[in-house]
Amino acid sequence: MNEVRDEESRANEVAAADTDTVLELEDLAMHFGPVRAVDGVSLRIRRGQVTALVGESGSGKSTVGRCIVRLVEPTGGAVRLGGTDITHLSRSQMRRHRREVSIVFQDPAGSLDPRMLVGDIVAEPLQLQGVRLSRKERAERVSDGLRRVGLRPEVARRYPHELSGGQRQRVSIARALMSEPTLLVADEPTSALDVSVQAAVLNLLADLQRDIGFACLFITHDLSAVEYLADDIAVMYLGQLVEQGSRAEIFATPRHPYTQALLAAAPVADPGRQRSRTRVLLGDDLPSAMDPPSGCRFHTRCPIAVARCAEEVPELRRSGGASVACHFVHEDGSAPDIRHDQPATTGSPA
Amino acid sequence: MTATAPPESLVDAPPVLDVRDLSVTFRTETGSVSAVDGVNLSLAPGEIVGIVGESGCGKSVTAMSLAGLLPRSARIDGSVRLQGQELVGARPSTLRAARGRDIAYIFQEPMSSLNPVLTVGRQVAEVLQVHERLSRREALERAVELLALVGIPSARERVKHYPHQLSGGMRQRVMIAMAVACSPKVLIADEPTTALDVTVQAGILDVLRDLRDRFGTSILVITHDLGVIADIADRVVVMYAGRIVERAGVQRLFDRPQHHYAAGLLSASPTPGRHAGTHRLQEIPGLVPVLEAQPDACTFADRCPAATARCSSAAPPLEPAPLAADVGDHPHEVACWHPRGDRPRPTVEEHA
Repeated sequence: MNEVRDEESRANEVAAADTDTVLELEDLAMHFGPVRAVDGVSLRIRRGQVTALVGESGSGKSTVGRCIVRLVEPTGGAVRLGGTDITHLSRSQMRRHRREVSIVFQDPAGSLDPRMLVGDIVAEPLQLQGVRLSRKERAERVSDGLRRVGLRPEVARRYPHELSGGQRQRVSIARALMSEPTLLVADEPTSALDVSVQAAVLNLLADLQRDIGFACLFITHDLSAVEYLADDIAVMYLGQLVEQGSRAEIFATPRHPYTQALLAAAPVADPGRQRSRTRVLLGDDLPSAMDPPSGCRFHTRCPIAVARCAEEVPELRRSGGASVACHFVHEDGSAPDIRHDQPATTGSPA
Repeated sequence: MTATAPPESLVDAPPVLDVRDLSVTFRTETGSVSAVDGVNLSLAPGEIVGIVGESGCGKSVTAMSLAGLLPRSARIDGSVRLQGQELVGARPSTLRAARGRDIAYIFQEPMSSLNPVLTVGRQVAEVLQVHERLSRREALERAVELLALVGIPSARERVKHYPHQLSGGMRQRVMIAMAVACSPKVLIADEPTTALDVTVQAGILDVLRDLRDRFGTSILVITHDLGVIADIADRVVVMYAGRIVERAGVQRLFDRPQHHYAAGLLSASPTPGRHAGTHRLQEIPGLVPVLEAQPDACTFADRCPAATARCSSAAPPLEPAPLAADVGDHPHEVACWHPRGDRPRPTVEEHA
């Protein structure tokens, strides 16, 4: 009797988790010929949650984003969008699901058609979804969409080249949100912008996310930018996740040496702090994704790597409030911090 | 921790680079554009000066105009003296001799600045063959030393590599090796780390600092990234719409920014260690204007929180900042009718 009830409640839990999950990546792999750009990434984003995917160029973070919106077809694993497996859907099958997920790219100059009016760019998603609207209704939807991102409705009659970089990125965001997606993939949306404009676009994204409540995968190389936005942070290195956890957890107690190095390297706009902190220098070369290092992929650049790191692949293990893939992380969740500890005093792997 | 000051004996030495009243105007199909207006700038031996501002503020045009790298559509007025020698209006042969030997550049994108069909060793050696008249073999030998100097491991092997075989950070190190091949007095680094990952950025800044410490090279760093300035500069020059709006020692500028543009830039930069939900980033509304001619007004007025009628009717001169506290080693000057005075650097919370 008890067992039956247990099973029932477990089934209910699973169902609840399913309706709550907007995106689930299961062991996602994307190999371009011999290049293993993404090599086994599992990630879940819940409704209304912002997850930041952080890593250096070449880590495969943008490829993850392209797999999610199915600009490319993954070579392995699964992408589930709101419970539907979209990994191998054809273009026409995918169309029904396009409204659920949108993407904003880094360079708005390259992602907006220079020959289209802003109004047509913003209205295009509606058209593609076959929403039938009168001319007046359509104009209203466009005006609302532009107003929502802080642009005047008159902008609809302009071409992208007449706008500034920040305004263009707002147009990209307006277009992406037109279909009321449950998930927005933002791929380095502010990297091409100046500091003051970047601040405005980050604030806008944070406001919209709070008001509309879409979930967001925010892809970036800049850890300092995600602290304002993200609930969760996933750190990627050479096609794989090395650490994942809540924002507070990652910033307070990063456990993976790579996460620690990223945090230590992010420049601080304060001469005193910037010059007095311990520098963590990684070797320059990100190894090739065609021939990733054996064992822990980070071992070739890791300042505390030992022989075991080159031989044994560390699994992504739950530790404290985060998941970490590193041999040095102990059972109790404690880990050496390369920002404070000298390599000699860190001891042997757990 | 304060900025590492250049050796005492060098501070009083005459500047290696002295820029006076530099103005640059471009002729375009639709009229002229004023990019730089009345810039005065000097660089002491062994000093690292940072120029900061957003795109369109004239910082790169200033840097390019120093050794005559601007296109013919640019009209340059004023004076640029490199170790006493005038460069504005100098003959092409004079400029050619100066470039690479006395004044050298590092650009943002190392891939497009390197020749893809020559080995990096050949490219570094070429500079030495031209300027130092070394033989091919001597130059290649020296190239190996230079690559090692900028922190490229197994340099003897690396000289044989082509640019595409190197990572972005390594390519930028090659660019630096080329730039310092003839021990220039002045090194101009235009966004040297912008195209690089943060984990690589610190290493490049270390190389630049090391060059200054070992050879007394004066470095002008142009960047939009206040983190880079905080890391490496002794002095900072803030540019806005072609004019210098503020200059000070680095610690000073970050502690007591006087111009509202400088203060705005500081609080718009995300700083790790602060948490989301508690505050927002400060925005600076509006855009850097594109000016046909420099008006007799403060060009920041229409974006400035403290602007008054006076700001749009007269251009504020660059004058010593009205500060009670000691100014420190470097003069602190600001071009603003309503400077922030003794108020500390705005925190993000102020604007929440």
